Amino acid sequence: MSSVITMERKGWTPTAKTENPLPNPVLRAANVSKQYGPVTVLSEVTLDILPGEIHAIIGENGAGKSTFMRVLSGYAEPTGGSLSMGDGDVRFTKPEQAQKAGIVLVHQEILLADALTVAENVFLGRELMRNGIVDDKTMRRLTADKLAELGCVVSPNALVRNISLADRQLVQIARALLDDYRLVIFDEPTAVLTGEEVERLLAIILRLKEQGAAVLYISHRLDEVQRLADKVTVLRDGKMVGTYPGQTLSQMDMARHMVGRELAALYPPKRGNVATGTTLAVRSLTVPGFAKDVSFNVRKSEILGFAGMIGAGRTELFEGIMGLRAATGSVELSGEAIDIHSPRAALDAGIGYLTEDRKGKGLLLHERLAPNLTLSALQRFHPGLVMRRRREQAALSEAVDQYDIRLKNIGVTAGQLSGGNQQKLLLAKVLLTTPSVVVIDEPTRGIDIANKAQIYAFIQQLVSAGKTCIVISSEMQELIGICDRIIVMREGRISGEVAGEAMTEHNVALLATSDVAMESGEGGKR
Amino acid sequence: MTIITGSTALKPERDWTIGWADVGPFIALAALMVIGFAINPDFLSSTNLGNVITRSAFIAIIAVGATFVISSGGLDLSVGSMAAFITGITIMFMNRMAPEWGVSAIPAGMLVAVAVGLFCGLMNGLIVTLGKIEPFIATLGTMGIFRALITYMSDGGTIPIDRSLRDAYRPVYFGTVAGIPLPIVISIAVAAVASFILYKMKYGRKCAAVGANEDVARYSGISIIKTRTIAYAIQGACVAIAAICYVPRLGAATPTTGVLWELQVITAVVIGGTALRGGKGHVWGTVAGAVILELIANLMVLSDFVSEYLVAGVQGVIIIIAMLIQRFSK
Repeated sequence: MSSVITMERKGWTPTAKTENPLPNPVLRAANVSKQYGPVTVLSEVTLDILPGEIHAIIGENGAGKSTFMRVLSGYAEPTGGSLSMGDGDVRFTKPEQAQKAGIVLVHQEILLADALTVAENVFLGRELMRNGIVDDKTMRRLTADKLAELGCVVSPNALVRNISLADRQLVQIARALLDDYRLVIFDEPTAVLTGEEVERLLAIILRLKEQGAAVLYISHRLDEVQRLADKVTVLRDGKMVGTYPGQTLSQMDMARHMVGRELAALYPPKRGNVATGTTLAVRSLTVPGFAKDVSFNVRKSEILGFAGMIGAGRTELFEGIMGLRAATGSVELSGEAIDIHSPRAALDAGIGYLTEDRKGKGLLLHERLAPNLTLSALQRFHPGLVMRRRREQAALSEAVDQYDIRLKNIGVTAGQLSGGNQQKLLLAKVLLTTPSVVVIDEPTRGIDIANKAQIYAFIQQLVSAGKTCIVISSEMQELIGICDRIIVMREGRISGEVAGEAMTEHNVALLATSDVAMESGEGGKR
Repeated sequence: MTIITGSTALKPERDWTIGWADVGPFIALAALMVIGFAINPDFLSSTNLGNVITRSAFIAIIAVGATFVISSGGLDLSVGSMAAFITGITIMFMNRMAPEWGVSAIPAGMLVAVAVGLFCGLMNGLIVTLGKIEPFIATLGTMGIFRALITYMSDGGTIPIDRSLRDAYRPVYFGTVAGIPLPIVISIAVAAVASFILYKMKYGRKCAAVGANEDVARYSGISIIKTRTIAYAIQGACVAIAAICYVPRLGAATPTTGVLWELQVITAVVIGGTALRGGKGHVWGTVAGAVILELIANLMVLSDFVSEYLVAGVQGVIIIIAMLIQRFSK
């Protein structure tokens, strides 16, 4: 008998159970706890995950979502409580065991080998063999089938490095769904996606549900949770706040449960039009391969948003202006031309840039906080031969107070801070260069809601103090919430601009995705 | 205005955690002394220890320079042949000038050595940074070049230092200051200057930042090219200082001068606690590492357990073990 037949993999197709009011849970967690040394990160979480149901887990960073997910999928062993599946208790010491039991995890990060093909990645580590030889043909066919099921059109032969981020994620999902699955766990699946790509993914998740699989959905994006979830479980500080039916819970309710305090408006009130004069003037800036002939002005005390899909060239445009990428064109700050070929020159002239990749490009994760804080302002802090450590420590204490950076002690490394606190440290670091224009790329990516509100307030304070702020974001609501004006980019060019009443998600999305908007003027091009 | 009423940040406290990378090399050094004493009590005699540490001085001085290169995320394989090349050029220069200048040819020769060292280091640095060539390949190339040059200059034989200079130059290796052999004094001085640069000056910060994460450094407005090139130049200067100390020891440069020094130098840096992938440099750890290597070689000679011909083999084993420890201790 051919080995191919026996190794053919099919998705789990359960019998319809929708009439049954209480089907048996796929997985039941009873009083699950997890301690690392003396620290309890998860305390007595109890919940049932039913087949054919999307169960969302929400909570602030550090609430224990990831730990819970790791416990369920065998990456960590619980220190208390039990997991049971159908016929009895289960205990996973390795992810492989959970996988065998039908629990698959779709990781937040893309964990694929760039240099291999799509099919090779899907079957990586579990290659099909035929007569002792790797059976590429069958693997390619099965990969193509699986991708077609997910509505993904990339070729199984394509190299992963050549396909888009969204497609990579689908490949990753295809990889997870290759084995039999009864429970699919999605960890922040839409964090790297925008607009249409999110829709496509949500459709896939809904289809998994229709097929009868249980879905555990972890996300920061409350609007998605509201649309998808049948049930919502809220975690706070490692404890369960409760499980609520998804239909009746508003986003405001969710946020309130997560934070445990009353939330005022997320966005600070708009200040009206106080912007004056032109601070930054960018003329015909071209970053080869990313941005073409981009010109725009920013006024003093203005918050200018840059919207667009991922890959629209927003980040690269500003990396070009900062001298971090090869670029041509001219940039003037308060009437003076700036050398766009040196990051140092841009910083010294007064443009500060907060990267979207704070872990990879923003902070030295293994270094303590003070050296991180002063890294881009070394000359200003230490004008003489010898470094002035005391001055540096004083600056750190001040930044910790001013930006409300929460830390266990002053000796921690940047990597030990939570995402929100890292972002605040990065903001403090960039502001130490005393920029007159601050460019913030994805100011709240991967940050919990309380820190988000604080960051928005800081941005507001910056412009009140006379600085100019440019915010690049993939979250339209965020841009609309804080900006005075939004420039939309598409495929490396500015496709339009909206301000005031015209700043609606509809208009921004149209400009970000189609040419039509510009011609019809519907996007409010001015 | 702040929207959420949060608790105030925890009051910062100083914490005094000391990592293994900081103390590990010194503990190893102490342990080695104890083992050595157990094997042969003569091991700890001041004559023996003095000899051993003096011999380790060349490697220590070069390795201090290598600490900069490795800390900044680079690597320099050319140090051994560069040392031979500088030794050769220096001796040739001194010999040429001796009839005219007499003994003042010696200090002039030292200046030439440092200038050549800086130039060689600068070349290595520019090939790596401006040429964007992997440090391993770039310095593998210059290693071959320097080795070929010294072989060519010596015509395959030796370049001995002129008789008239020999006595005047002798104290640089054989002399003492307050009873301490001069090479030891020089290596301590080099290490002291290096730790000042690395821990007290801005450049040290930049060096560690570039080595720890190039992107973060770039986004912070630090020039990768400048920082790394300077590290290679410092390395060149250190090689020159080591060469200056080395000349009176044998009184000649030969095509085999400095062979496999790169292995010892990199080993000293790694067992000294500096990560080979870059980041924070440990200058004094490096010095301890160089002494450890020489002590082990000395133990092998004194103990008769292992043939002294296997010294390089043992050093090879040590660097692999040190790398394994670095890998699995994180």
